[in-house]
Amino acid sequence: MISAGIDIGGKDVKVLLLKDGKVLAKEKAPGGFDQAGVIEELMEKALKAAGIERKEIRKIGVTGSGKKYAPSHDVEITEVGAAAKGVSFLVPSARTIIDSGAEDSRGIKCEGAVVKDFATNDKCAAGAGAFTEAMARALEVSLEEFGKIALKSTKTVPINAQCAVFAESEVVSLINSKVAKEDIARSVNDALAERVVAMVKRIGVEKDVVVVGGLAKNPAYVDGLKNGFKTDVLVPENPEFVGALGAALAARES
Amino acid sequence: MLAHWGYQNGSGAYFITIDTDKCNGCGKCKEVCPQVVFDVGEDPADPLREEPVAYVSEEHRKKLRFTCSPCKKYLTAEGGSAVSRTPPEVLAQEMKNLPCVAACSAEAITHSW
Amino acid sequence: MATNKTEDKKELWRWVESRWTNPDIDWKKGEIISAGIDVGSVSTQCVVMVDGELYCYSNLRSGSGSADSSWRGANFALEGTGMKVDDWHSCVGTGYGRVNVPMSKKAITEIACHGRGANWMYGPQVKTILDMGGQDCKVIHVDEKGKVTNFAMNDKCAAGAGRGMEVFADFVGVNINEVGDRSFNINEEPKPVSSTCVIFAKSEAAGLLREGWPVNKVLAAYTSATAHRVWELMERVGVLPELGITGGIAKNRGVVERLEKELGKKFQPKKWNNPEYEKKDIPFDTQIAGALGAALFAKALVEKERGK
Repeated sequence: MISAGIDIGGKDVKVLLLKDGKVLAKEKAPGGFDQAGVIEELMEKALKAAGIERKEIRKIGVTGSGKKYAPSHDVEITEVGAAAKGVSFLVPSARTIIDSGAEDSRGIKCEGAVVKDFATNDKCAAGAGAFTEAMARALEVSLEEFGKIALKSTKTVPINAQCAVFAESEVVSLINSKVAKEDIARSVNDALAERVVAMVKRIGVEKDVVVVGGLAKNPAYVDGLKNGFKTDVLVPENPEFVGALGAALAARES
Repeated sequence: MLAHWGYQNGSGAYFITIDTDKCNGCGKCKEVCPQVVFDVGEDPADPLREEPVAYVSEEHRKKLRFTCSPCKKYLTAEGGSAVSRTPPEVLAQEMKNLPCVAACSAEAITHSW
Repeated sequence: MATNKTEDKKELWRWVESRWTNPDIDWKKGEIISAGIDVGSVSTQCVVMVDGELYCYSNLRSGSGSADSSWRGANFALEGTGMKVDDWHSCVGTGYGRVNVPMSKKAITEIACHGRGANWMYGPQVKTILDMGGQDCKVIHVDEKGKVTNFAMNDKCAAGAGRGMEVFADFVGVNINEVGDRSFNINEEPKPVSSTCVIFAKSEAAGLLREGWPVNKVLAAYTSATAHRVWELMERVGVLPELGITGGIAKNRGVVERLEKELGKKFQPKKWNNPEYEKKDIPFDTQIAGALGAALFAKALVEKERGK
């Protein structure tokens, strides 16, 4: 049976097509100003890539903060549920999930796809990808660059601001004081990782720890998490699609 | 005087309140806190006060939710989830067991979460 | 202290900088000349008092460091008075940059200084002071003498402070001085923006503007959300009459009037406690409360030294 999962995130929309447990296609794009339009486009692209017709999709599941923009669908699942489903499918040994997106971060304690507990940091840009995005802008580098150059750093500087707006000013100040870009980038990633680690520690950290969401593609951030938890973390391939995968799985099960 | 140190944002209200009328500046809270949240010295809100007083250091005021996380073994509705939530009576007792709260013989410290 | 990239763009966020000198005081005859300098991350004020009377003050954008801001503030305040910083008997620094005010003897927190300053400006009937500056928001309870009895301070978030308002006003392209009035030039009061974070509020605003909302309505939604946020902080500390407001926020009626509605209570009118000052039409600048309180503490320090 073919099912589709749509994850309408704070920044990107992800669409994934699933057939009997195998991923047929996955596409993503910034949601921008016309979420509904982007979803349509991605759906078309995914269908083409999978070589199937629209009517072959039996069930559609949606998740993400922008659920309200979704076209008609069969199942709605929370971001926490979707992450748990998606991760446990890819990594059955997962017991702690860190899902960091553009606008929020979640820590989930799970046993298989069953959510035992969770903690979220939402409504605050300093706890999510929006933070690194703003700092990357201040450093005038792309998001990818930002993660990469941070790994070259040899030392960190304290970032006192706990707010993305104030931190941006602080970073500009550091740049003016001639602090190296790599060191600033690393310090920023560390500051963000520190906050997420503190939040997740409260629900208890058990191996295997899996990191997903858009921010999982930032190697410096993942490194920061590793250091914070003092344990190895696993990052599955295509970590930003885990939510959509979870939604597609939920649709299949419904 | 009730000094509320901390912040509130979309995720919740995270304040440590120190009753300076009760606080005698003994510094036990500073000793037991694993994160060095407290400092003891001149009262930030009353420069003419003679005895020292405990207060939350500037560094931690803005990130109390994260700084205090390791000591908070219990879960509240804010920091926790719908799945497990500590019942109110247990919560009240757990909050009294926090290292800083328990160490203060004057009972001058309370946490808002 | 940061210089922001927005300095290169049109300066939408700049409010009016000002100074004032009391023409009726001959400072050379003064026994105690005390000064207070409030160095904030966004603005700096310098207040000079002669024998406990307001002599001169300045209010300007902060410079590139505490020392720089302190000198700019002091020099601007003293412009045309013939007085020099060396003539000061005592100076107290306050605000974000208080430990680096070069001419100060002591640094005292804004909490204590705003309490004292507001009490002096408004009068002993004010028991609850709301101060929102560039990067923080404070609610302070004081007794009749201006001594702090209770407080909460929130300096984590740009959204709960002037900086958030500046960023938002800049984003929608409105001069910050106009935000208040324009936010009331609407057909009906909208719901407040749901985002509690300025960065997310900007995205939310972009969405609303695209949906066809007029800018004024978006301003109304944002000031409404800010007012509610401040209300929550005030409720935590408690609302004891009478209420006084200090800091830049007092100049934004978009937030103040909505807050008054939610509180069911109005803030004290911006009038000097001293009727003489009212008669002389001395400009009542809510932003000088911190520096004024600092100047009062500076005077107290001199008196203590002289064994009065």
